[in-house]
Amino acid sequence: MTGPSLGKDLLGLEPLTAEQIRLILDTAEPFKEVSERAIKKVPALRGKTIVNLFFEASTRTRISFEFAEKRLSADTVNVAASGSSVQKGENLVDTARNLEAMRIDMVVMRHPSSGAAKFLAERIPSNVVNGGDGTHEHPTQALLDMLTIRDRMERIDGLKVCICGDILHSRVARSNIWGLLKLGAEVAVCGPQSLMPRGIEGLGVTVFRRIEEAIEWADVLNVLRLQLERMQAGYIPSVREYYRVFGVTLERLERAPHELLILHPGPMNRGVEIDSRVADGPHSVILHQVTNGVAVRMAVLYLLAGGQPGLADAAKGSGREVDE
Amino acid sequence: MKPMLIKGGHVIDPSQDRDGVADVLIVDGKIETLGKKLSAPDGAETLDAKGKIVAPGLVDIHVHLREPGREDSETVASGAMAAAAGGFTSVCAMPNTDPVTDNQAAVGFIVKQGADAGAARVYPIGATSLGQEGKQLSEFGEMVAAGAVAVSDDGHPVVSSHLMRTALEYARSFGIPVAEHCEDPYLFKGGAMHEGTVSTKLGLKGIPSAAEEIMVARNILLAELTGGHVHLCHMSTRESVDLIRRGKERGVNVTAEAAPHHFALTHAACEGYDTDAKMNPPLREPDDVEAVRAGLADGTLDAIATDHAPHHYELKERDFDDAPFGVIGLETALGIGLTQLVDGGVLSLPELIRCMSAEPARIFHLPGGTLRNGSAADVVVFDPDARWVVDPERFLSKSRNTPFAGWELRGRVERTIVGGVTVFSGPRA
Repeated sequence: MTGPSLGKDLLGLEPLTAEQIRLILDTAEPFKEVSERAIKKVPALRGKTIVNLFFEASTRTRISFEFAEKRLSADTVNVAASGSSVQKGENLVDTARNLEAMRIDMVVMRHPSSGAAKFLAERIPSNVVNGGDGTHEHPTQALLDMLTIRDRMERIDGLKVCICGDILHSRVARSNIWGLLKLGAEVAVCGPQSLMPRGIEGLGVTVFRRIEEAIEWADVLNVLRLQLERMQAGYIPSVREYYRVFGVTLERLERAPHELLILHPGPMNRGVEIDSRVADGPHSVILHQVTNGVAVRMAVLYLLAGGQPGLADAAKGSGREVDE
Repeated sequence: MKPMLIKGGHVIDPSQDRDGVADVLIVDGKIETLGKKLSAPDGAETLDAKGKIVAPGLVDIHVHLREPGREDSETVASGAMAAAAGGFTSVCAMPNTDPVTDNQAAVGFIVKQGADAGAARVYPIGATSLGQEGKQLSEFGEMVAAGAVAVSDDGHPVVSSHLMRTALEYARSFGIPVAEHCEDPYLFKGGAMHEGTVSTKLGLKGIPSAAEEIMVARNILLAELTGGHVHLCHMSTRESVDLIRRGKERGVNVTAEAAPHHFALTHAACEGYDTDAKMNPPLREPDDVEAVRAGLADGTLDAIATDHAPHHYELKERDFDDAPFGVIGLETALGIGLTQLVDGGVLSLPELIRCMSAEPARIFHLPGGTLRNGSAADVVVFDPDARWVVDPERFLSKSRNTPFAGWELRGRVERTIVGGVTVFSGPRA
């Protein structure tokens, strides 16, 4: 195989090159159309077994992966294990060995501990896709965010993107920071200082303390979900004040010098981090993100399985088996 | 017991400012005399120590031997053997066992296991509070009578300032230090590594330096209030060292220790989620490492102690959040000290030996740490120039959780003698 490949696993965007990220985004393009067909299925991963291993509750990421897998004709199994009801680490090493023993091909894993995807990837020969590990990375979310930005703005290089909200606990923020920087965007973060991790500037981002400054600066806002349990943990006083001080409202956007693109990884807390009028308004590409999620995940699974990027069109177009 | 003559070695005994070639004669388990060209009594074992360092046996005032409770990770016997292999002749065992070593019977059990091991001497440390729960003081008097040399709730801080105050006052009656693990539990909560750029990158919850420093400051103030002796365990930050330095200048009865990993490694060692770099207090910034080294150099930090914390391999074979804190250190401490501190120009060789023998013995009032005539013959003989690569599979400890695997170190222990009896003879096969 010539040209860039992804290697065995997709653990995060930090270890990827710009070329590898572009490869995924470019490979996603032809897969978008599959979901628009009457018969939404191509045979690219026929005969492959994929396990979706979710140690944390997830609806949309798991469903998005499952659609991507089914539309590529893979055989899938969903395993949901609650992180609270099992001894996480002990289970993980044993789970890895058991999966390996069943001769599977790929694992998509979400886990509450940072580094868990790497831990698994080092212990099994199957491809591992990180579906979110603790507060570390959520690479497919950032990839679908970038695909959506590229769709609308026709570029990423040189754009100003600000990620807003709970940066401290956000794997989406970290993956977006790595990916966007690698593709040449300027990246900023904005949120309450109590939800801002120490040394975040060291990753190469600008920090805005006030949402008004972020809106004035940015071309794109990626608005993160505020986990309501952060209040109990004492990080912020109330959602009411959060909305008043940090909420992305229509009034604030209207004062911006130019139009902004609004992303949100979902699920949204309307009236907390985002104004419903913004979420449902013309700036919002939130549902477009969800649609792109399936295409990006198809691209990732296809590439990890050894699929040739140049053949992605053929893989989905002809209905023939791709020669791998 | 056969007499022993250690001939021609380079004797370094900081307790009496000795630094030069001499013979050491051991009779009846005691140091008979040091001198030139001593002759061996009848039936004596003669050990040629030419080119080797002969020093007081090393003393480690902070180890976890896991017995009772986690005998799969370490036992008193395996820990005492690992200590001997590392050149230690005395170790102090922390009480966070299961059940907790918080009464005279439990202390007596550690003493017995230590005596049966026949390796390094094992001195128990009793718990400061019953069950290390921080609520009610343990019976210091009975524990001291049974052999405890200090009290500590190590592994947990004594959160109540009132309880810490009374512990320091009550401990004065028995002339023992209260050894304290300095940690604000609210700032610490849920943390897995040092809070900084690396934790931000890895998405791991950080433990800010202030979590340690707040309690260091509190404990110094309580020692000042009570006149009690507070010993601060495993100091890891610049501000902690500064607080101790200022406390000592005021004459506060405070002593402190540094662990080898804190003067050899930074938080960068956690990259890649290496659970063998996970310990508490965590590895910190390069600036903190410099401060710990400077603290050892100027005596602010009195002693080097390993915080030897064995964990069975499957406990560390986990994702970072789930893996327990702690690394082992008994079999690497001397080599790390030589390569990092002596070769790094921080301490002279006699100063290193002082921090690992005379000083820890002094602050915990232990009999070792000296080669004075008439003292118990606790001696280490090591080849300062021999280089070796750390291979955890060869450790005598039952555990393998070291952050130094694969490091090339200098200084190989050839003989460890406790009370005139050889308890370790190397180098290992």
